[in-house]
Amino acid sequence: MAIECKNISYIYGNGSPQEIRALNHVTLTIPDGQFIGLIGHTGSGKSTLIQHLNGLLKATEGDILYNGESIYAETFSMKSLRSKVGLVFQYPEHQLFETDVFTDVCFGPKNLGLDDEPIRRRAREALDLVGLDASYDDVSPFELSGGQKRRVAIAGVLAMKPEVLILDEPTAGLDPRGRDEILDQVAKLHREQGMTVVLVSHSMEDVARYVDRIIVMNHGNAALDGASKEVFRHYRELEEIGLAAPQVTYIIHALKEQGFPIADDITTIKEAREAILRAMGDKT
Amino acid sequence: MIRDITIGQYYQTDSLLHRLDPRTKLVGTLVFIVSLFIAGNWLCYALAAVWLAGMIRLSRVPLSFIVRGLKAVMILLLISVGFNLFLTNGETVLVRFWIFRITLEGLRQAFFMALRLIFLIMGSSLMTLTTTPNQLTDGLETGLGFLKKIRVPIHEIAMMMSIALRFIPILIEETDKIMKAQMARGADFETGNLIERAKALVPILVPLFISAFRRATDLAMAMEARCYHGGEARTRMKPLVYETRDRMTYLAFAAYLAAMIALNRIF
Repeated sequence: MAIECKNISYIYGNGSPQEIRALNHVTLTIPDGQFIGLIGHTGSGKSTLIQHLNGLLKATEGDILYNGESIYAETFSMKSLRSKVGLVFQYPEHQLFETDVFTDVCFGPKNLGLDDEPIRRRAREALDLVGLDASYDDVSPFELSGGQKRRVAIAGVLAMKPEVLILDEPTAGLDPRGRDEILDQVAKLHREQGMTVVLVSHSMEDVARYVDRIIVMNHGNAALDGASKEVFRHYRELEEIGLAAPQVTYIIHALKEQGFPIADDITTIKEAREAILRAMGDKT
Repeated sequence: MIRDITIGQYYQTDSLLHRLDPRTKLVGTLVFIVSLFIAGNWLCYALAAVWLAGMIRLSRVPLSFIVRGLKAVMILLLISVGFNLFLTNGETVLVRFWIFRITLEGLRQAFFMALRLIFLIMGSSLMTLTTTPNQLTDGLETGLGFLKKIRVPIHEIAMMMSIALRFIPILIEETDKIMKAQMARGADFETGNLIERAKALVPILVPLFISAFRRATDLAMAMEARCYHGGEARTRMKPLVYETRDRMTYLAFAAYLAAMIALNRIF
């Protein structure tokens, strides 16, 4: 049960003079139940990669296996893949179109050809998961706040009951509170339902706080891939490709250089606080 | 798929035609179109063909690009040729079957009509291929400036035209994005009968309209923030100025038109 990308490449405008190689022989596996952070600067191929995972883009070269089956095989049902691999685009609130919140969330399960009853049940569950109770059901999605709209849009994907949830910068343009709410809910889904999550993000702090594994994209290649602490240890390489480690990692490294006895694999503020207190305690 | 739309396509290269003032090209195209309607005999069409070939040569645009524009109007072309072929009365009947008859005059007329339409389309696509949409609206605005005297809001019209042209690629990209987002939610645009397909468009059109309105409001706000207040006393960064090559072109086109009238009178 996993998604395997085997040596996939994607070229925009293939054959034309302005072709752009957005993915360059990427090989990676997304096993079940992982919380993965996908980072990379603008134009590194992150968005192109995730659109391959549910078959919206077809790789120019290479193959993708879902649970061992090639998604490009003639007999493979793209529709079932798209219900299993839920993709939430950047600014997903721009895809809302129905007259009320509940009907909009029903759109996905309705497309799966379910009966009325399970559609309604799934929509209700999905809205509960993102923390919108029944009082929002009849409200027009266009009257909600930005963060609420985004949660409706995410519920629209969750209602399809995906096994893998991919979110492309789900917190872009949200205030800190809206950001924490959404990421906490995603983390809860991962924890309680065992959902595989791929989080595309620009915020190293968010990535450090939530994910188990980080994939770093650069010029269409998976430049680094490993446990998050491991990847952030390479913060100088990350800087070379226009990224950075979480700010607290820099403080820790600076402290260590000054001879402060502290571990150098700290990536979150909570860890840093405990480690610094411990080190101070040792001194005094 | 959706990126293949080519409205007002521009062919990027450097040639005399590309460097001409857009007004010159607009007037030139107009003169060429008028000349096609004056043309009444073989010599006239030969002259127009030579003139057009010369212009295409000067523009350095590959012929295949210009011919591509003809595909879109193929049906219109066939219909008008058909009407002329079958419905023109004449003395010399060539073929007669059922209620149709083809006369020598009809054949002649149909052939001329086809040539006229083909030249007309090639001539005007040559203009859009060598002029960027922005130059074109600039040219229209300056060229039609005299209409301001009779209170035609020419600047506003030109501004609307250039904004509309600028928004085409943005909206195409937006449509692509929304389509993908709805496909990720299991939407299906490719199967089903006509009514089902039309219904499937709603989840694209509603977000597209909303985003178009949002963009329009944002743009209006950004323009006002930079103190835009219409065309009154507005100056240009690159004002349109006629150069020697433009004057020469005007002369050449005048000579061409005169030759066309003469050929039509004499023969």
